[in-house]
Amino acid sequence: MSNKFFENPVIKWVEYRLPIFSFIDESVGSGYPTPKNLNYWWNFGSLAGIVLTILIVTGIVLAMSYTPHVDYAFESVERIMRDVNYGWLLRYIHMNGGSMFFILVYIHMFRGMYYGSYKEPRELLWIIGVFIVLAMMATAFMGYVLPWGQMSFWGATVITNLFSAVPIIGDSIVTWLWGGFSIDNPTLNRFFSFHYLLPFVIFALVFVHLWALHVHKSNNPLGVDIKGPEDTIPFHPYYTIKDLYGLGILMIFFMFFVFFAPNFFGEPDNYIKADPLVTPPHIVPEWYFLPFYAILRAVPDIWFISAKLGGVIAMFGSILILILLPWLDRSPVRSARFRPIYRQLFWVFVVDCFILGWVGANSPDAVFHGIPFLWIGQASTAYYFAHFLFIIPLVSILEKPKMPPESINAAVTNKGAAS
Amino acid sequence: MNETASPDDKTRRDFLLLSTVAVGAVGTGLAIWPLVDAMNPAADTLALSTTDVDLTPIAEGQSITVVWQGKPVFVRHRTAAEIKTAEAVAMIDLIDPQTDKDRVTKPQWLIMVGICTHLGCIPLGQKSSEPKGEYGGWFCPCHGSHYDTSGRIRKGPAPKNLVVPAYKYLTDTTVKIG
Amino acid sequence: MMNPMKNALLALGLTLSMALTLSAGSALAEGVKLPERDWSFNGMFGTFDRGSQQRGFQVYKEVCASCHSLRLLAYRNLAGIGMSADQIKAVAAEFEVTDGPNAEGAMYTRPARPSDRFAAPFANDNAARTANNGALPPDLSLMAKARKGGADYLHALLTGYKEAPPEGVTLSEGMQYNTYFAGNQIAMAAPFADSAVEYADGTKATKDQIATDISTFLAWAAEPELEERKRLGIKVLLFLIVLTAMLYAVKRQVWKDLH
Repeated sequence: MSNKFFENPVIKWVEYRLPIFSFIDESVGSGYPTPKNLNYWWNFGSLAGIVLTILIVTGIVLAMSYTPHVDYAFESVERIMRDVNYGWLLRYIHMNGGSMFFILVYIHMFRGMYYGSYKEPRELLWIIGVFIVLAMMATAFMGYVLPWGQMSFWGATVITNLFSAVPIIGDSIVTWLWGGFSIDNPTLNRFFSFHYLLPFVIFALVFVHLWALHVHKSNNPLGVDIKGPEDTIPFHPYYTIKDLYGLGILMIFFMFFVFFAPNFFGEPDNYIKADPLVTPPHIVPEWYFLPFYAILRAVPDIWFISAKLGGVIAMFGSILILILLPWLDRSPVRSARFRPIYRQLFWVFVVDCFILGWVGANSPDAVFHGIPFLWIGQASTAYYFAHFLFIIPLVSILEKPKMPPESINAAVTNKGAAS
Repeated sequence: MNETASPDDKTRRDFLLLSTVAVGAVGTGLAIWPLVDAMNPAADTLALSTTDVDLTPIAEGQSITVVWQGKPVFVRHRTAAEIKTAEAVAMIDLIDPQTDKDRVTKPQWLIMVGICTHLGCIPLGQKSSEPKGEYGGWFCPCHGSHYDTSGRIRKGPAPKNLVVPAYKYLTDTTVKIG
Repeated sequence: MMNPMKNALLALGLTLSMALTLSAGSALAEGVKLPERDWSFNGMFGTFDRGSQQRGFQVYKEVCASCHSLRLLAYRNLAGIGMSADQIKAVAAEFEVTDGPNAEGAMYTRPARPSDRFAAPFANDNAARTANNGALPPDLSLMAKARKGGADYLHALLTGYKEAPPEGVTLSEGMQYNTYFAGNQIAMAAPFADSAVEYADGTKATKDQIATDISTFLAWAAEPELEERKRLGIKVLLFLIVLTAMLYAVKRQVWKDLH
C-alpha cells in the first residue's frame, strides 16, 4: 500500500489503535517480500484458501435448508436441488468444491515435495499442512454422509467400522462413534455438527500455516534462501495479480464441472436413499480417498496384527509419515532441480500415488490383464512406504546434487529471465 | 515504477486495470445473488400459499382461527349488533380510516390476519372468555392496542388496522384465502 | 521448466485414462456395452424436447404409475415440461391424495392440488412389495441420476427384454431376462409393447419411441434444473473467460517492468 494510503486520517486513526492495515500490507501487500522467481506451481496454496472460503460460504447457506434427520435428510437435499432458489447451484458448487479443494491441496503438496519446501526452517509449516489435510479428510468424509444416500450410509459404515480394529476397546469406540448400535440418527446429527465445525478449525490452521510461512517467507523453485532485497519483489501487485489470474483459470475449470458435469466426481448410488438393509454391490469412497482406500485393503495378516488392524495402521500411517519427511530427507539441497536422481524418483512416486488411486477404485478381486488388483495394490503400497522410509533417506545421502546458484538474483540475471 | 513509460502507455494501463477491476466487481456482485436469493421463500413454500376454510361450523357470534402461510387468520361470524356498531363509526374517530364495507365481502363474515400491526403479537378476543378491549373487538396484550368489531385500530400504539388478506368465496360456505 | 510440465501432462493423461476405466458400470450387467443415444439434452447447449417430455409424462401416467411412485415431484413441477397452470390443475385433479386430520380427527381424501406431490400407487413400501411378489418397484424421481448411463441406461433397459433367456441361463420364478439389468434377471415384466399408449399428438407409439419418451421424461424428473443450469453455465463461462483474459493482460502489464 502506498504512503498516501497511510496518510489518510481515518486510516491513521484506526492504524494507531489497531494496526490492521500494516498487518494486511505485511501479509499480502507491498510490505511482504516474496522471491521473484516463483512459478505457477506456487499458485495452488492461495487458490486452495479461496476454495475453502467458497465451501464455507455455500455450506452456511446450504445448512439453512438442510435437515439432519434420517427421515428427512435425503428429501431436504432434494428440496434444495428442486425448490430452494439457486439451491442446485449452491449444492453443486459445494459438492464439486470439495473435489477442487483436494485437487489443489494435493498439487500443493506435490509441489512442496518437488521443491523441498518441507526442509529446514519450514518443518513446522509442512507439519501444520499435514494437519490441515487430516482435518480436510475428516470434514469431507462427514460431509459426504449428510445427503444420506446409499454411498453416504455405506461409506460411513465401512469407515467407522475401521475403528473396531483397535484391540480390546475397538467395539466400544465404534458404538461411541455411532451413538447407537448402527449408523443412525445420532450419527448423522453428530456428523453434521462436526462437518459445520471443522472447516473453521481448518481456517484457523490455515492462519497458523500462513504465520509460519511469513517467518521465513516462501521457498522458491531454486530452493535457495533469500539473500537480500534484490532477490525479492513485493507480494502486491506482482503475486496478487498472478494469483488472481490463476483464480480465473481455476474458476473456468471449476465452473465447467458445476454447470456441465456436476456429478462427474460423484457416484450414482448416492442418489438412492440410504437403505440399512441393502449394501450396494461396489462401495467406493470419493476419488480423493481412493489411494488411501487401496492402502487400507492391501495389508495382509502380519504376525499377530490382523489384516484389518494392519490396514488401518497403514492407511493412517501413509499420511502421518509425511510429518517425518523433513527428517527422512537428509539432502542439504531443497529443489529437485538440482537433485537429478530424486527428481526421477519424485515422478515415480507421483505415478505410484495414481496407481494406488486406480487400485482403490477397483475391487481387490478384480484382475487386470491377468494380474489381481490385490497384488498391484500391495506392490504400490509397499513402494509408497519404501519411498519415504528407504528411498528418500538413501538418495539424500548417496546422491551428488548439482550446485544450486548463489542466489535467486544471480540465477535470474544469468538466465536473463525468471523461470 | 517505469520512468520511461510514455503517457499513452500509462493511460492504456490504467484503463485496462480499471476495466478489469470493474468486470471483476460486477462478477463478484452477481455471484452473491444466489446466496441471497436462496434465503427467499422456496418454490414449495410459495406453492402452499392458499388455505380453504369451511364456514358452516361457525355459529353467529363465534370466531375461529385458521392458519394461512404460517400466520393465524381470524374468521368471525359477526352478530347484527356488531355489524351495526362497526358500520356506524365516523371516519374522523379512526386512527387508520377505512369503512367497514371495505373490509368485508359479506358483512357477517369478517376475515383478517390476526397479527397486531404494532409488533406482531396475536391479539386476544377470539374466545368468549378473552378480553375484547374497549371497543368490543380484539385487544393486544403486548402493548395494549384496542381493535373494534371491524378489526380497526382504535386505541393504543398500533398504527394500522388488522390486515384483510385476499380471499374469495368458492361457494356460499367455503372461502379460499390467498 | 519443460520437464516438470511434460511430466505433469503425462500424469494428467494417466488420471484421465483411469477415470475412463472407473466408468465401468456397477448396476449394469457385466461386460455389456450400453448403446449411447443422441439425446436432445446432451451437450453444453442441450435442452429437453418438450413434445417427448409430455409424451413421456403420458407414458408414466398410463403405464409406470400403476407400480412406480415419483414422490419427489409435485404437480406444479409439470410447468417444466411446458404445461400451463390450468392443464396442471386439471391433471392434479385426476388424482386423490390423503389429507387431514379434519376437525373430527379423521383423515380424508380430496382431489390433488398443484402444490401436492405426485400421488403414489401404494401406501408404503411393504404394500408395494406385497402387490408385486415381494419385489419393490423403485421410486423413479431420481432414476436417471441413480444409474450409470442415465437416460441411455433407462432406454436400454426398457427395450432390452428377451423373450427367452440365452442357453444355459435358468430364470427364477417370475423373473424376466434383460440384457442390461445387473444380473440379467429382472422382476419387472416388459412394461410396454408397440402401441401400448396412444399419443395425443399423433406420434407413432413404437416401443422405441415410448422408451425414448419415458427416458426423456425421467431425465427431466431427475434434473429439472438442467436447462437453467446449462443456460446459466454458458454465461458464467463466457464471463470467466473474458475476465481471465483481462487478468492475464493486467498480469503481463504488471510483470513487464520486472525483467
